[in-house]
Amino acid sequence: MPEDVLQGWLQALLNGVVSGSLLALPALGFSAIFAVLRFPNFAVGALATAGAYAAWVVNARLGLPVGAGVAAAFLVAALVGVLLEAAALERLGRGGALMKAIGSLAMAMVLENALRFAFGNDLQAFDLPLARDMLLGPVRIGPQQINNFLVAIAVMAALWAFLALTPLGRSMRAVADNPDLARLKGVNPRRIALITVAAGAGLCGVGGTLIGLDTAIDPLLGGRVLLSVFAAAVLGGLGSIPGAVAGAFVIGIAEEFTVLALSPSYRMAVGFVVILAVLTVRPAGLLGSRAA
Amino acid sequence: MLTYLLFALVVGSVYALLAQSLMLSWGLAGLVNLGLAGFFAVGAYASAMLVAWGHAPVLLGPLAAMAAAGVAGLVVCFSTLRLRDDYLAIVTLGFAEVVRLVASNEVWLTGGTDGISGIPGFLRRESGMAFHLGTLALALLAVAAVYLLQRRLLRSPWGRALRSVREDETVAAVAGKNVVRFKAQAFALAAAIAGLAGALYGHYTSYVAPDQFQPLITIYIFLAVTAGGNARPAGAVVGAYLLVGFLEATRFAAEWLPELSALQRASLREMLVGLGLVVVLSLRPDGLLPERSQKAPSR
Repeated sequence: MPEDVLQGWLQALLNGVVSGSLLALPALGFSAIFAVLRFPNFAVGALATAGAYAAWVVNARLGLPVGAGVAAAFLVAALVGVLLEAAALERLGRGGALMKAIGSLAMAMVLENALRFAFGNDLQAFDLPLARDMLLGPVRIGPQQINNFLVAIAVMAALWAFLALTPLGRSMRAVADNPDLARLKGVNPRRIALITVAAGAGLCGVGGTLIGLDTAIDPLLGGRVLLSVFAAAVLGGLGSIPGAVAGAFVIGIAEEFTVLALSPSYRMAVGFVVILAVLTVRPAGLLGSRAA
Repeated sequence: MLTYLLFALVVGSVYALLAQSLMLSWGLAGLVNLGLAGFFAVGAYASAMLVAWGHAPVLLGPLAAMAAAGVAGLVVCFSTLRLRDDYLAIVTLGFAEVVRLVASNEVWLTGGTDGISGIPGFLRRESGMAFHLGTLALALLAVAAVYLLQRRLLRSPWGRALRSVREDETVAAVAGKNVVRFKAQAFALAAAIAGLAGALYGHYTSYVAPDQFQPLITIYIFLAVTAGGNARPAGAVVGAYLLVGFLEATRFAAEWLPELSALQRASLREMLVGLGLVVVLSLRPDGLLPERSQKAPSR
């Protein structure tokens, strides 16, 4: 095999792992909300965009460090997510999960246009120091990519610790497994639902910020990765937390290799093809347990 | 002014067809189609390619559009019909995005972002007012035909079986109904109606491009159908014309806000549509014309 082909593959693999780690955060948010509230929340893309703009305002307009921006992204996205759920989606739940799904799509449109109203359609960039790519053997990687990857891994580790070690995390898993049993044990399902939405939306916000740090931000930032996020969650098994992470890495890597073979504009189509294939062959996904 | 009114009415009729498509799949069969804009696009492109590039007679266009969109509908719903309903929602949402992606990038097939222009109308465009009036008559004819078809289907055993599938799949299956086949038929037929709407639209505006098929259209139609009543063909039609009235009214209302940029006015309007959908869904989920409960046929 010629050496430059191998080098191209290694580079695609590395880029795929990094972009997979960024996708993993909104995919986790989407899957966690699905696990506890039992509906696909189509507003995750818009929530990611909202978080990215919050981080951008803190960083580029207020001049604070990017770290503060990431924290602001989590808080603002969590707040907006809870507001959407409590003010609009909760009351649609009586009509069934699909009503909430449609409502979330409508609210995503409202949120995206509110951002467009406030910030316009132009691309906005974070205030970052210029840095040169580093060479790691045959492949190159930007310092910002390394930072984003580490932040994503740290957030995932924090989420894991929260779910595994805290009483709140245990209640969340209990509601996801069996809401009736959890209620019998004295868990308040509404409180758990809102906390899940806050955490899930916050993850989307951080994910959106990292994607924005990697490229730039505009009102369609979240919408562009929406299909990849769904694909990651479906591939891992809707509602499965470890599945969403595994799915995100697979999708990230698959997308980079597609870019290598086809035009870069088909990056989004990878997600769709994966969703169709998984649902046809193994609807429960890699690590999921329920589909029907 | 008259031309403007006719234009709004033709667009209203196109939306009325889309609304009936959504009523059939969502209202009647319980299958949420979040990719309505995608099927609309498939129909518009199929007809435009055949007539503008293939020089086929213009009346073949709508037939090709319905066939193409119907087949696309079968392919899209095939993998999810045995699963929970939310999977179909995800897949259809993705489908509409992929259609736009292919339309923007495969220049050899679709003309890319420039789209296809110079699509012949059903009547000669040079005839001015007669062109608009004639197209409106054809569009109303299509709306009426689909409306009568839907009424007929609703009363038929097929329509009853479909509603039983919507209410409880297990019961329908126990009663010996082939649930997957009923759902696939309803979804494909609904997709074909959306394709017909696309063909009408393309031949009327003489131009199709990926930008015309934004996901926004899907939300518009959801608003039209929920406002009008999602399980009554008449509700869907009324809702569609009301929607166009509302959209055109906001165009004039925007002039009261001269300090805003055009972009801001457009985003304000889309926010109103989204909020409107959520408000209608939570306050009047059955719409203006709720579903009539049918009596059991007497023996």
